Amino acid sequence: MHVLSTTDVTKKFGGLVAVNQFDFDIPEGRIYSVIGPNGAGKTTFFNCITGFYESDGGAIKFMGRVLNGKSTDQITRMGVSRTYQNIRLFSNMTAIENILVGRHPHYKTFWMEAIVQTKRVLREEAEALEEALHLLDFVGLQGLGDQLATNLPYGAQRRLEIARALANRPKLLLLDEPTAGMNPNETIEMMRFIQRLRDELGITILLIEHDMKVVMGISENIGVMDFGTKIAEGTPEEIQRNPQVIEAYLGRGASSEVL
Amino acid sequence: MTITKSIEIRDVIKFGLLAGVIVLSLSVIGFIDLLGTRELVAGMFTLGHIFMLAAPFGMAFVSAGKVSADEKNKALGYGFLIGVIAALPLVVLAILATSFDIRQFLPNVSPSLISLLTFGQGLTVGSLILVVVTGILGLLAAGLHTLPDRFQHPLITGLGWMLIAGTFSEILLGRVRAFFGRGVVKLIFAGKALNPIAALIIFVLAAGITYWLDTRAPKKEETVEDIKKLQKMTKIRIGLGILLLLVSPLILGTYLTEVANNVGLYVIMGLGLNIVVGFAGLLDLGFVAFFAIGAFAMGVLTSEGHLGLGLTFWTALPFSVLASTLAGVVLGIPVLGMRGDYLAIVTLGFGEIIRILALSDMLKPYIGGAQGILQIPKPSIMGFEFIQPESLFYIVLLGVLLAAFISWRLRDSRLGRQWMAMRDDEDVAEAMGINLVSTKLMAFASGAFFGGLAGAIFASKLTSIFPHSFNLIVSINVLSLIIVGGLGSLPGVVVGALILVGLPELLREFAEHRMLIYGALLIVMMLAKPEGFWPSEIIKRELHAHEEPEPVSSD
Amino acid sequence: MLQRLQNISFLDIALWALGAIIIFVVIWGTVATLIENPYPAQTWVETVVAGIAQGSLYALIAIGYTLVYGVLFMINFAHGEFFMSGIITATIFLAQPMKASGFLDAHPVISISLIAVTAILVSVGIALLTERVAYRPLRKAPRLVPLITAIGASFFWQYFFRGLYGSEVKSFPQFEALAGKASILGIPILKSHIIVIIAAVLMLIGLYFFIMKTKVGKSIRAVAENKDVAALMGINVDRAVAITFAMGSAMAGIAGVLFALVFRQVHFFMGFIPGIKAFTAAVLGGIGSVPGAALGGFLLGMFESVGPGLFLEGLGIPAPHQLKDVIAFTLLVLVLIFRPQGILGERLAVEKA
Repeated sequence: MHVLSTTDVTKKFGGLVAVNQFDFDIPEGRIYSVIGPNGAGKTTFFNCITGFYESDGGAIKFMGRVLNGKSTDQITRMGVSRTYQNIRLFSNMTAIENILVGRHPHYKTFWMEAIVQTKRVLREEAEALEEALHLLDFVGLQGLGDQLATNLPYGAQRRLEIARALANRPKLLLLDEPTAGMNPNETIEMMRFIQRLRDELGITILLIEHDMKVVMGISENIGVMDFGTKIAEGTPEEIQRNPQVIEAYLGRGASSEVL
Repeated sequence: MTITKSIEIRDVIKFGLLAGVIVLSLSVIGFIDLLGTRELVAGMFTLGHIFMLAAPFGMAFVSAGKVSADEKNKALGYGFLIGVIAALPLVVLAILATSFDIRQFLPNVSPSLISLLTFGQGLTVGSLILVVVTGILGLLAAGLHTLPDRFQHPLITGLGWMLIAGTFSEILLGRVRAFFGRGVVKLIFAGKALNPIAALIIFVLAAGITYWLDTRAPKKEETVEDIKKLQKMTKIRIGLGILLLLVSPLILGTYLTEVANNVGLYVIMGLGLNIVVGFAGLLDLGFVAFFAIGAFAMGVLTSEGHLGLGLTFWTALPFSVLASTLAGVVLGIPVLGMRGDYLAIVTLGFGEIIRILALSDMLKPYIGGAQGILQIPKPSIMGFEFIQPESLFYIVLLGVLLAAFISWRLRDSRLGRQWMAMRDDEDVAEAMGINLVSTKLMAFASGAFFGGLAGAIFASKLTSIFPHSFNLIVSINVLSLIIVGGLGSLPGVVVGALILVGLPELLREFAEHRMLIYGALLIVMMLAKPEGFWPSEIIKRELHAHEEPEPVSSD
Repeated sequence: MLQRLQNISFLDIALWALGAIIIFVVIWGTVATLIENPYPAQTWVETVVAGIAQGSLYALIAIGYTLVYGVLFMINFAHGEFFMSGIITATIFLAQPMKASGFLDAHPVISISLIAVTAILVSVGIALLTERVAYRPLRKAPRLVPLITAIGASFFWQYFFRGLYGSEVKSFPQFEALAGKASILGIPILKSHIIVIIAAVLMLIGLYFFIMKTKVGKSIRAVAENKDVAALMGINVDRAVAITFAMGSAMAGIAGVLFALVFRQVHFFMGFIPGIKAFTAAVLGGIGSVPGAALGGFLLGMFESVGPGLFLEGLGIPAPHQLKDVIAFTLLVLVLIFRPQGILGERLAVEKA
């Protein structure tokens, strides 16, 4: 069963083709990375999956269900969560509130119940809080729940963003450059953390990443993108040996040792 | 505070002229003259004097802060100079006004203004007095700044209380007479103003108490127990506050209760708009539309005239509120996709459309056109009619408490978090599974609900309504008050309404220049204190203030 | 294709229905009016010319909105007050005394030039003061903040001038040379309308060339494109923004004079509604675009002038001219729903993506 499969996904901006007939399949429980030079169309592809952009052609299926035409919030509620390249937390809200917003799709009570505070609401809020605190622990931010999101250090913000995405109990998690701006130690920690997400929670992970050490270290499959097109796909070893990939990254004639 | 560069004589001239131009502007638009009629301390000075002298005083005070602490004489000299320079534009105005007929251009440069500026002593002597007075005030202001905090703070507080007591002396007088009789009145007041001795006593008392409080207040060290105590105290305070509210018509008397009712209506509207602007971040400039719809629905449903259906207030209330809530949804749909400034201008358009329609001949057969709807009955319960402001107070209070309660519960619910998230970042909120359409419509609908509630009570309270009561100014008033109070803050709405609605009603002179003051306030608030006088979540942030310095955020 | 249909939400349907209803009402009203034919041809011509004259005023004011929006991405709510401040000052200090002394009728050209120069100077002065004090410190603040400041500035200036000159309506003197009608192609047209249209068109063309051809104009466009890059290129951003405000308010100052020539009265509240209408015009034409503002202005003027008689009369609505503002605002809403980038605009569509 493929968690996510796309066929011929295309996205144009005026004359510019940002994503060109992209297709791939992610089996359940994999860590799949999309790599490619800057401006290759990786983030645009993410935005097509999450419904932020409407793709101009092709089909996107999640757990066998078509995503095309669904709005972003609908897709999220189906079980797709994401993080952003340039962390986008709700900066005026506390860490715990950020996570509670992420848990939004799992609330069942009606807004009117909140005014009279029925038992259901109280129970639901208590459960939500407990789960949020648990997630905060899980990402290693215990005790920081009442901090405003902006006041957290950079690495903590990254992890809070992931916690917020996890609150949706996703089946598929899209991580957009989770190690951007991190030092080597933090990066290794983040790699282990991503593996834990898959191993402990069983979440399928789609990753955009620039850092080759990260990509080669944790992904089971890699798709390489250049000028919106998929130029290669395979295991890390295969990708490292692929001449087309090396060319895309380093230009013609570069040696393979670099990768 | 670190000052990189001490001020030079050039800055002194600049400050002085700035102060002078401010006072000059206040003079030529008639503000100072108007305030000159309100005496603070009998036979000594009026509110006009205060506003005339506040700018040089303030400028001198500020500039003294920019001179290094060990150069006291320099600070004093600069203060004096600023005061003197600030008087010059006024002297020029006085000369012009006495030698030419500039009143044909500037109708507010009246003889009484010139007399006020020159202390009633004629041009030459008066101008000299003016220069000396502002100079000495500048000197005093600078002197005040050089004093150590433990003297400065009580002095300023004492002065403040004296001015407040003087400004509201007329109202105080009425209340004192009602409770303590004429004998006590004669002790404290002379005419409508404070008598000098009473003013002095108020000053000394306020300053003394402040000094005493300052010296004994221990440095705050917050512990968990303190916080618990604080929470308990808050509960007790809320309880006491509600109790006080319940008996307040008895204390306030008819006039002040009427003022309180108007403040209350604006609090209800403010709470409504606060949901839209403060929680959800949707700048709505047409809020008056919902107020109008609520009022007209109430009018049409209850009026005993030829336009009305003759229902009772309580039967009509749910329908009126429902009508405005529906209008909130209907007017919300076209603007769902619009952001920020476009939303503002379109909602402003909606407000105008509603007003124009209400005024038009087209709808005249139904809602009376410019003549409005008359003979709207006041609310009544089992034969008791709410006719006096004192009894209407409880209806307004009920509305305020309802609105505050609902706002509070919604804010802390999932819906409140949805609104906050949407305000912070619409795209991300959507990516968190939040349906923007329903979340936005919920905000518009809840806002309109309270707008309609206020409108319905308003119609019944006034017993007649006219389209002219529902102009853009109402929207701007409501917006201003929630901004001044603090966007998103529930107590802020009350504070804002008290300042922006209550004060102008107590000081008629301010009401004349109300919109000018609002405009200036909006600018000053945005420049200096965008979070408002009572920012939301202040307690929470205060509790964390010592843990980590907080970057300044301005929204 | 089926997929496309699935994408249409309830909201889209509601909005399209709204559009369809309005278009239907407009067509129905127009047809009914044409069948009924309540006005003679002469009235229609006058209405159209009045619409163009009104539209050219909107166009001149709209320039200010569009320029400032292009550079700062902010609706300068106080722009209508810049428009008012110049002409009201010139009326009080120049036009009325000159009329009283007979100078105005003896030297009409000198008089009108003096009035225009004064109006422009005051408008520009107020605009620069507002920009410096209220807007510049907030340039990096969230968008809601400068918008609220601008609303504050708008009311501040309105009531400042009300306090300064009094709240009553002031009459602007009649220029003898502009009284009555002139015959163009056999059609009698108000002379004041002719002057307004010619002056507005000349100003608009002049401004367009100023922005497109001169060095200053280019620096403004560079700042509009990207402030940070422009600053790196050695452009003084503060100065460019100030010039933008100055140009916009100068146009508003001229518009004030033309307004006074047509309506012959000024008062402190005169700037507000024309300001909002002009903003509507700027949005209609495509905000950020100078030709767009001009086109939007003329279109809006026409709609407002012709609309009530054409669309609403036939529907049997009494006194349809009361509803001309409703037409303007409805037009604004429709444009923002169905073509938010306006007729000639493109930038916003990209920005939103």
